[in-house]
Amino acid sequence: MALVDASRPEQPTIEPVAVERHRRGTRWMHWINFPLLTIMIWSGLRIYWADLRDPFGFGVGLVGWHWFDFFPDVVNERLGLERRLARGMAFHFTFGWLFTINGVAYGIYTWRTGLWRRLLPDRHSLKDSLTVVAHDLYLGRLIKRPMPPQGQYNAAQRLTYTFIVVMGGLAVLTGLAIYKPTGVAIITTMFGGYETARAIHFFVTIGFLVFFVIHLLQVARAGWSNFASMISGYQPLAVADTIGNTDQANESSGSEDQTP
Amino acid sequence: MSKEQFVDPATAEPNPQWSEADAERFARYKAVETEQARVPLGEYRQRSRRSFLTGAVGIVGSYAGWRWLQGRPEENRIPDVLRRGHEFNEALWRPVSAGRTAPTFDRSESSMIRVNGRIGLESPIDLDSWEMTITGPDGSVVGVRTLDDIKELPKVELTVEHKCVEGWSHIVTWGGARFSDLAALYQDQLGERPSDFVSLETPDGEYYVGIDIESMMNPQMLLAYELQGEPLDLEHGAPLRLATPNKYGIKCLKRIASVAFTNEQPTDYWYERGYDWYAQL
Repeated sequence: MALVDASRPEQPTIEPVAVERHRRGTRWMHWINFPLLTIMIWSGLRIYWADLRDPFGFGVGLVGWHWFDFFPDVVNERLGLERRLARGMAFHFTFGWLFTINGVAYGIYTWRTGLWRRLLPDRHSLKDSLTVVAHDLYLGRLIKRPMPPQGQYNAAQRLTYTFIVVMGGLAVLTGLAIYKPTGVAIITTMFGGYETARAIHFFVTIGFLVFFVIHLLQVARAGWSNFASMISGYQPLAVADTIGNTDQANESSGSEDQTP
Repeated sequence: MSKEQFVDPATAEPNPQWSEADAERFARYKAVETEQARVPLGEYRQRSRRSFLTGAVGIVGSYAGWRWLQGRPEENRIPDVLRRGHEFNEALWRPVSAGRTAPTFDRSESSMIRVNGRIGLESPIDLDSWEMTITGPDGSVVGVRTLDDIKELPKVELTVEHKCVEGWSHIVTWGGARFSDLAALYQDQLGERPSDFVSLETPDGEYYVGIDIESMMNPQMLLAYELQGEPLDLEHGAPLRLATPNKYGIKCLKRIASVAFTNEQPTDYWYERGYDWYAQL
């Protein structure tokens, strides 16, 4: 283990190193969550299909006809969501517990390890996130503001990765509210009743889908070694950094740091 | 600089374009995150190999597990594992649901509900000669009741939100007698807790539901003969139907012909078609 000693941060390093980006717990729970959430959304849409009105499509009641369906027939047909209500419910109510357990475990883990310090937004995050988004959309020059200071996660990421956990909690709670509206009537009431809880449950799902698309785009932009760090936990440093070339480090810390 | 590379958090320096406050904030962010472990590239490659291998095993394992689940023998139209899932949920929620009643609403919030099912209503019926047969756990008939008999029981009006497994809900006002009041008529013969379950059927036997006795004895479990203050019409289950504010609509049988107290869990029309037997809200 002499190699490890030689790479301790306080000693000047010549040797190229990789830095830990994601702890083991985070990685496991992230990858366990992916298939679980996929199953939840897929089985949930089989339930949603059964209410043939696509009740949250836009236009109903307002102008009298649908001009937008979240899930038009062609989508339902292609994904095998039609006429599978009983199976949808069976999967949803069994896998819901696994999704919940994983989510609660992540919450406890993030709290106990102190990782929440990197993830929770602070009072600057809202304002900073606008600048970050502008930079992400290649408008950095236009707004004439540098990327704001950040730690491992930039302001937009802090907001997103915190809100996605809140959304997970909302999904579980509104799910319980419509699953057992008598059993846990207090939760149903808290969300403004059965119909409102159901609408929140639905739009949280849409939120997950939107998150998923943006998340994939950002991961693709950030490149392979960043993606790989969600699997191995580590990401190799640029060689220039490792040998202490601060010019390079300087330049890049002020420019875009695309880490999803 | 390539996207493949990222800045060493330990040596990252403040951007000279930042204000002093921002530079201080940067130092604070850094201070929180100094404990990142680092490994030489050789170890990194080794770790990567191991992690990717674990990932591959995970993907193959998940896929195998998924195929396994899909291939399980079906129990009433769903994989047996998911049937166990429903039963697990039933065991979990039974103590929570015991004695609870659904929220009620003001009568003015209710309106006529849609007709969502006609199973069991296809055969002709003579409403004047309608009777409901009640059998005990040993299978013997303990009573026959007419609609007038039911109407003699204390009348209850209940405005509740009806929920369908399909997802929709509708606030509706039922009028009728408590099932528990009917059961009380047979208390001498059957005791205070007549059986573990109750099975109800339409005259043609096409539609049938099975419900646990605790749910049947819930004060909101009604034998309804009125909907929105009017006598039930045929489509809505005349002359007498079940109103189950604490169960999904699949349980509120229309046109009741028979009530059987039984100690064996009765089957159920939608249970046989893949749904949860308990169907409790």
